[in-house]
Amino acid sequence: MYTFLLSKIEVGSHLYVNFNETSHLHGETIIVSSIVVLLISIFLFLGTRDLKKVPGSLQNVVEVIYELIKSIAVTQLGPSYYSQFLPFVATIFLFVLGSNWAGALIPWKLIEIPEGELAAPTNDINTTACLAILTSVTYFGAGFKIKGIGYFGRYIKPSVFLLPINIIEDFTKPLSLNFRLFGNIVADELTVSVLCSLVPILIPVPIMVLGLFASSIQALIFSTLASAYIGEVIE
Amino acid sequence: MVDSLIAAASVVASAVAVGFAGIGPGIGQGTAAGQAVEGIARQPEAEGKIRGTLLLSFAFMEALTIYGLVVALSLLFANPFVG
Repeated sequence: MYTFLLSKIEVGSHLYVNFNETSHLHGETIIVSSIVVLLISIFLFLGTRDLKKVPGSLQNVVEVIYELIKSIAVTQLGPSYYSQFLPFVATIFLFVLGSNWAGALIPWKLIEIPEGELAAPTNDINTTACLAILTSVTYFGAGFKIKGIGYFGRYIKPSVFLLPINIIEDFTKPLSLNFRLFGNIVADELTVSVLCSLVPILIPVPIMVLGLFASSIQALIFSTLASAYIGEVIE
Repeated sequence: MVDSLIAAASVVASAVAVGFAGIGPGIGQGTAAGQAVEGIARQPEAEGKIRGTLLLSFAFMEALTIYGLVVALSLLFANPFVG
């Protein structure tokens, strides 16, 4: 594929791991996302290993995160249903936050790989598409599980002639979730790398801090929207 | 010849995409921030709540610009019309 090379910034080059002629994996995405999952698991394991009445420092952090995610789930899903979907919302939140921050906080440039470079897993559109499709599958499943066949009544509300719009909405929801997360992370990393190629010292640091902030907001938004979509179908 | 024409058209198109995508959210964010400042001035004790909501709605508006950016980036780096 023909790419423009502008001051050594590459977009869309990956470390391809080929299965056969037609299918391949993006190696760097898989490596970094496995590391992220591992780090989150270790953190949560250490934080919840021996729970005390008066929490220590690590347990305190875990409790703050839990309270945040619980408040998202309760406001969007309501007090009677939130506990069923809390694990899903928490998984999405922690994975998106972990992968966004992993791209910025860990100095991946020090590790050389044959092609492409290690970066945030959400920098790859396949990761965000997967998360968005998971969200769609979850709200379909939630609707069927809680409302049964009456779930399809949602498509002809408030009126029958809105049927096509309601069907289109099922496709635009994951699409916008996908592009929102992907675009924000790519824009953030591109800005940082363009600034780094112009002025390598000190100037990019505030932009990096802004990027950290923006990516945590994106994690919050992704999980809020996921629970809002679930809440919409089960209300 | 055709390739360079496509490349030139893609560069112009990506610039136009980002430029126009920036207009609407810019106006929207300005309005939202103005209203938030007004709200804080009237009711300083609600500052925390207003800030949270403001940031959340900023991120939604920002997404619209980002859509333009995604189109621009795909024109520049993953152009489907260049063989």
